[in-house]
Amino acid sequence: MSTTALFLTLIFVLIPLALSKTLGLQLEKDTIIATIRSTVQLVAVGFVLKFVFDSESYVFIFLMVALMIGAAVQNARKKGTQIKGITWKLIVTFVLLEVLTQGILLGFKIVPATAQYIISITGMVVGNSMVLAILFLNRFVSEVETHRSESELILSLGGTPKQAIHRQLIRSIQASMIPTIESQKTIGLVQLPGMMSGQIIAGADPLEAVQFQILIVFLLLTTAALTSACLGLLSYPSLFNERMQMIKQENEHSK
Amino acid sequence: MDSEQNTSLYEPAIHFQNVSFEIAGNKILENITGSFPTGQITVLVGPSGAGKTTLLKMCNGLLSPTSGDITVQGRAIHDMSPIDLRRKAGMVLQNSPMIAGSVYDNLALPLRLQDKKLSKEKALDILDQVGLEAEYLERDSQNLSGGQQQKVSIARTLLNESKILLMDEITSSLDPSSLNEVEDLIRYLHEEQEITVVWITHNLEQAKRMGQYAWIMVDGKLVDAGEISVLDHSDIPPVNRFLKGEFT
Repeated sequence: MSTTALFLTLIFVLIPLALSKTLGLQLEKDTIIATIRSTVQLVAVGFVLKFVFDSESYVFIFLMVALMIGAAVQNARKKGTQIKGITWKLIVTFVLLEVLTQGILLGFKIVPATAQYIISITGMVVGNSMVLAILFLNRFVSEVETHRSESELILSLGGTPKQAIHRQLIRSIQASMIPTIESQKTIGLVQLPGMMSGQIIAGADPLEAVQFQILIVFLLLTTAALTSACLGLLSYPSLFNERMQMIKQENEHSK
Repeated sequence: MDSEQNTSLYEPAIHFQNVSFEIAGNKILENITGSFPTGQITVLVGPSGAGKTTLLKMCNGLLSPTSGDITVQGRAIHDMSPIDLRRKAGMVLQNSPMIAGSVYDNLALPLRLQDKKLSKEKALDILDQVGLEAEYLERDSQNLSGGQQQKVSIARTLLNESKILLMDEITSSLDPSSLNEVEDLIRYLHEEQEITVVWITHNLEQAKRMGQYAWIMVDGKLVDAGEISVLDHSDIPPVNRFLKGEFT
């Protein structure tokens, strides 16, 4: 892409700015910040990736993966502040996912062990996992609050914390996985995945691009299931104490 | 107040010794000492915010005291597993939720939590005990009336074979006919199965009708306790004010 062409892409920023101004959406400032941030971040990551790819050093690959996981944790943890130790629970989830997926991909030599594959796939896996984690935490926190009396009923009848929270956990895992499953049902029909489109634009054989996309689609299914299940199983015990009592909000003992 | 003297004739089913409970510096219960006698219906009365529900939840292990000791049938609750305690002292909550599904699904819940199955015969038997006909077994629990739901809640708790029944304002939202039916049921269970009952109620007439023993709580304190006649009059000013309906 020429420099002129790159500048012309700013038209796609001017359109939402004009619409925001005309319709009084008051999103001009956010749009400009988003544009500057995304440009700076992408250019920076471009240089970093070039450096890491050229260095062919596993230390830099490791640092890059750690950076991605750290950023994902930082972003997702804001949605689960009610859950004690959510930062560590997210770190364990993302690391487990990374080890498992890369272990399978590299162990079975499905992809070569090079920086460009490891980092690109990590980006997709951890990025997707982060969105899943946010969806799960949002739903789980809301389910626990809404159905607190149901959980208390099960505890009062002699149920364990796991039994008391089972339905809420299942509903939250289902709710967080549904968008991934639904989007995969229409993949290739309604939407061409960004990565596949990028490969095709860059001149790759469409069939080869499709093969790689299939790998990613399947990988994201594992990501969805594992993220929600792992985070759910790590999170629910922190809602109870050692006497199998639900940890209460401070304003609930007015009676 | 020396409630020890008042309960000395009875074996305590649940005993509180200097029990306090506070959260974030707010005292919800303050130095409660007393007993719920075995085999009696104890009514727990007092204005809103007196700490009655908190006290009841402690008997079932849903909450633990900040200080003091509670014994259930002679055993300190902190030495009992929470699961054993909760099955021994069953609780029927105010507006007990029905889990999604049929009446049978709700009745089967306590056994399902123990990986056991409830036989249809036993389910029909317990339905009969709480005065519901066999046809209710397959009904959707969400479509029952308030009174019917409370009966199913009581039946569900009884399936744990609890010898102590803790009830939190279970008739407060019922119409007069359902209220009478639930009261009859509790009398029957108490007389036929010798179940110890602790009943929180805001309704003083109901408390006098149903109770044999009474606790009066005000502002997190046990201010009076004794035979049910304690509800007729009291020399203790806050109790008198409560009994006269000056605060609810």
